[in-house]
Amino acid sequence: MIRSCLPARAGLGFKPQHYQDALDAPGALGFFEVHAENYMGAGGAPHAMLERLHRDHALSVHGVGLSIGGAGPLDPDHLARLETLLERHQPESFSEHLAWSSHGAAWLNDLLPLPYTDETLATVCAHVDQVQDRLGRRLLLENPATYVTFATSTWPEVEFLRAIARRTGCGLLLDVNNVFVSATNHGFDPLAYLEGFPLEAVGEIHLAGHEVDAQPGPPLLIDSHARPVADPVWDLFARVLARTGPLPTLIEWDNDVPDFATLRAEAARAETLLHEVRHVAAA
Amino acid sequence: MSLPPDHAGFEAAFHAGLWTREAPRGLDPQRFSAYRNTVQHGLVRALAARFPVVERLVGAPFFAAMGRVFAATHPPASAVLLDWGQDFAAFLARFPPVAGLPYLPDVARLEWLRGLACHAADAPMIDPAALTRADPARLVLGLAPSVQAFASPFPALAIWQANQPGATPAPLPGGPQHALIARDPGLAVVVEPLAPAQHATLTALLQGRPLASAATSDPTPVLALLIRHRLIATVGELP
Repeated sequence: MIRSCLPARAGLGFKPQHYQDALDAPGALGFFEVHAENYMGAGGAPHAMLERLHRDHALSVHGVGLSIGGAGPLDPDHLARLETLLERHQPESFSEHLAWSSHGAAWLNDLLPLPYTDETLATVCAHVDQVQDRLGRRLLLENPATYVTFATSTWPEVEFLRAIARRTGCGLLLDVNNVFVSATNHGFDPLAYLEGFPLEAVGEIHLAGHEVDAQPGPPLLIDSHARPVADPVWDLFARVLARTGPLPTLIEWDNDVPDFATLRAEAARAETLLHEVRHVAAA
Repeated sequence: MSLPPDHAGFEAAFHAGLWTREAPRGLDPQRFSAYRNTVQHGLVRALAARFPVVERLVGAPFFAAMGRVFAATHPPASAVLLDWGQDFAAFLARFPPVAGLPYLPDVARLEWLRGLACHAADAPMIDPAALTRADPARLVLGLAPSVQAFASPFPALAIWQANQPGATPAPLPGGPQHALIARDPGLAVVVEPLAPAQHATLTALLQGRPLASAATSDPTPVLALLIRHRLIATVGELP
């Protein structure tokens, strides 16, 4: 089983408009991450760019399409497409989400929440097993950002993730912004959540920007990936690193994407924090 | 009242709420609307990324409303959004609010074909000298998978060109218009205007017909385009 082996440095989501900038800065970033589904065409520029980029940088393939948290069976065609993509590009890491994103024959293009019950746990674990068996890789599963919780849930999210990791042997992708967004939306303490999080299973960290929904009522944060990482999220990230040591850390900025220099500045801020804990670990 | 406790019942109830004004039972309607918004907005933006000139022609607010109707009635069949939108031109042709823009479906079809060309499989390119070695009367050309033939009774190509970033306004020609759409060796998508007879030749070549029967007129202009953009993948000869 292939395990994630991204360098414990800061990485960026790759955007085609930044291709030349990325080539001009070999070594400046630890890795690039792409959404698997954007590279499921047969050929052309996307694959050519990815191949070239991968010569100088580690590559993380992040899926948004498996619907691992869905009630129905995984789409065998999508699994086959993933297998083809991973065979073709041999990325250093593959990750997916604790979420569902299709219903019946309809793909919804969003990461939707699920209740945490014994039944959904069994389904998710069966799906993760199937993915790992098929791809021959250890998957990193990402914690969600949610806007609702369900009265039917019988498991705390952290325990649900821990159980998935223990039963399937998968790793986890800790999205610190998602923790902050969910904590704000549902009124829990993000530090307490992180205190209980199975950090030993974490193979990658995500940091992203969020925004405040304009609706009246209690504050609702939306995981928009359209802004700089917020200060409280940087603080939580530093606290996680103090416990884990350096981990591969992605700056996710997928909407209203700024210029490459702005993205690199965000990555540099993450790199500074990674360097500090690297230094502590070495001392 | 609450959501169904079982996984499948929960998912069906949640999904139903995404396309109506009613939040599922037991969920805060305001919170739930954040999901409705992200699902609908996300799909509309994906559609707009594939059909930017259609969006420009009808305006973003109109496109968003129309895109929600399309997404609800023709949702993507898979997570590969590159494959979504094949039905969009046919949808536009039957969507009464755009009946006054009869060229709009053809502009959508042109944008769809550009997407096919962009993501088509890579193919080896023949040495053009191979063409000269074969007997012209028995020549069969295999074209690169990116090659598409486009035809419209409207000046759809000129409308598309006039709506590219930085295009300078110019009087529109009349229709019909024809084009070859493909991906060149630099991986850029090219759109080359064709005369009607050239379009007929290209269409016949795409159907696998031998060059001698594909060309009802002089095939040189089409061959020149195919050679210039390196779009001939195989050269064969009839037995």
